[in-house]
Amino acid sequence: METRGHPNRLGIRGWVAGGRWGVERYLYTLHRVTGLGLLAYFVLHIFVSSARVLGPESWQQAMEFVAGPLFRAGEFLVFVAFAFHALNGIRLLILELGFGVGRPIDPVYPYATSVGRQRPLALAVMVLAGVVALWGGLDFFVLQ
Amino acid sequence: MRDRTLWTWHLGAGVVILVLLGLHMAIMHLDATLGLFGTGEAEPVDWESVASRMQDLFFTVTYVLLLGAALYHGLYGLRNILLELDPGPGLRRAIDVGLSAGGLALFAFGTWAALAAPGAATAAGG
Repeated sequence: METRGHPNRLGIRGWVAGGRWGVERYLYTLHRVTGLGLLAYFVLHIFVSSARVLGPESWQQAMEFVAGPLFRAGEFLVFVAFAFHALNGIRLLILELGFGVGRPIDPVYPYATSVGRQRPLALAVMVLAGVVALWGGLDFFVLQ
Repeated sequence: MRDRTLWTWHLGAGVVILVLLGLHMAIMHLDATLGLFGTGEAEPVDWESVASRMQDLFFTVTYVLLLGAALYHGLYGLRNILLELDPGPGLRRAIDVGLSAGGLALFAFGTWAALAAPGAATAAGG
């Protein structure tokens, strides 16, 4: 997106520290961190999964390479990152389309913000992401 | 292209990913609780299951769709993060060209793998 000439003085530091951020600001940071993690994993995944074109032996070798407990834990982290990024993305899309932020009001002191109206949605997203992560954990580590 | 158009495509790609990656995650990682599209007792990453999906047109088409949507969504998101750091015009141009070229190369490679996979599965007797 264009910055329209406003200098970004905080840079990446602004993702975590720049003032009295609310919970939504940390969701924004987590959305970016999980997005970057998912992108990095996805690029690797394109190469690893292409081993299927070379036949069953190559596929088996590729799967053995990523079969250790460290990779398994990493894969679970990717699953959790996906759950959070997807659910928080739905929240962002809802807000982008103007839902869940309340009706526009006159700017009369004491100024009201839409944060209070948005927060239940943010909390619902967190709870849902937690439930999906637990479901994944059950499938990854208990039922396998 | 105007940023508003690119942003709208970013949101649209996100919805496509939500559906297709959600399906992919359910098949690959929630198999023990869902048992979706299973091939008998085989694990989703066993060759038997992989070959079965490779020969299914539905999976070939959705892989290519997911590949394109995820690369666009991810690389456009990365571009936004990088451009927020206020790079100069030259670096900005390099970011645009580099991410576009990288994205197209990855899309070409991933699409080749998806299209070549059915033949590979048949050749292996899958």
